[in-house]
Amino acid sequence: MKAAVIVFPGSNCDRDLAEGFRKAGLDVQMVWHKDTALPSDIDIVGIPGGFSFGDYLRCGAIAANSPICREVKAHVERGGYALGICNGFQVLTETKILPGALLRNGGLKYICRTIGLSVAESQSIFTRGYEAGETIRIPIAHHDGNFTADAETLDMLEAEGRVAFRYTDNPNGSDRDIAGILSSNRRVLGMMPHPERACDPAQGNEDGARLFAHLTAALAEA
Amino acid sequence: MMARVHVMLKDGVLDPQGEAVRHALHGLGFDGVGGVRQGKVIEIELAEGTTEATVTEMCEQLLANTVIESYSIELI
Repeated sequence: MKAAVIVFPGSNCDRDLAEGFRKAGLDVQMVWHKDTALPSDIDIVGIPGGFSFGDYLRCGAIAANSPICREVKAHVERGGYALGICNGFQVLTETKILPGALLRNGGLKYICRTIGLSVAESQSIFTRGYEAGETIRIPIAHHDGNFTADAETLDMLEAEGRVAFRYTDNPNGSDRDIAGILSSNRRVLGMMPHPERACDPAQGNEDGARLFAHLTAALAEA
Repeated sequence: MMARVHVMLKDGVLDPQGEAVRHALHGLGFDGVGGVRQGKVIEIELAEGTTEATVTEMCEQLLANTVIESYSIELI
């Protein structure tokens, strides 16, 4: 099983994400944003957190137009799996792979702390290791995590069971407490919280490890 | 020639930065201030003859995120 982790100038969670995949048993290849092809036989693409291109223009906007993102789009359109965390979620919305947008936090402050997340949907390779309704604890670290979409889109996401995670105590003003959403084929997850920062006893929290372990097991079955 | 593109959050999209500016203006004693919205201005130097349609494409593809932002174009 192979994962590709995309690296943009300004990515800073790329190695943590690679470690999350590796600990779950995936081989990981780092892919630079100027590359024009993904490695062959990739099972999943990881888009890491950070401040790609200094968050210039809008968070994720420049990254979404980089050469490798055309390939990521093609990979997703072929039915490939992808996981975008934090800035990676912003990139996924900017590429229109996922709907909605991430605005500045309602309180205007950068927030870096561990928060409660309710698992809203366990029917995906990313969330099947959790019980629907279960509360887990995962760190957040963002300035622009305020998820927004028009009411019609929010209704659609809820009706289709595509809200993967909700905040138990909304820290950033996100519409309907949404912390992570799935694509319509449930093969792409974008989320603001950082499961890769909760994967090891040394991090003091292993609630995120199940996400990587179960997605690896699901990829092996596929 | 030049294009000046104004990008604003759409009406109805909460603008916390505009709100913060409004609070600060009130703090300075400007009681007549109602709402404040903050946006950005992007100036683009263009080859002569570039059409507004081309600048519109730039806005749609990159300069504005039309999920949350609206834009207007001035050709100068």
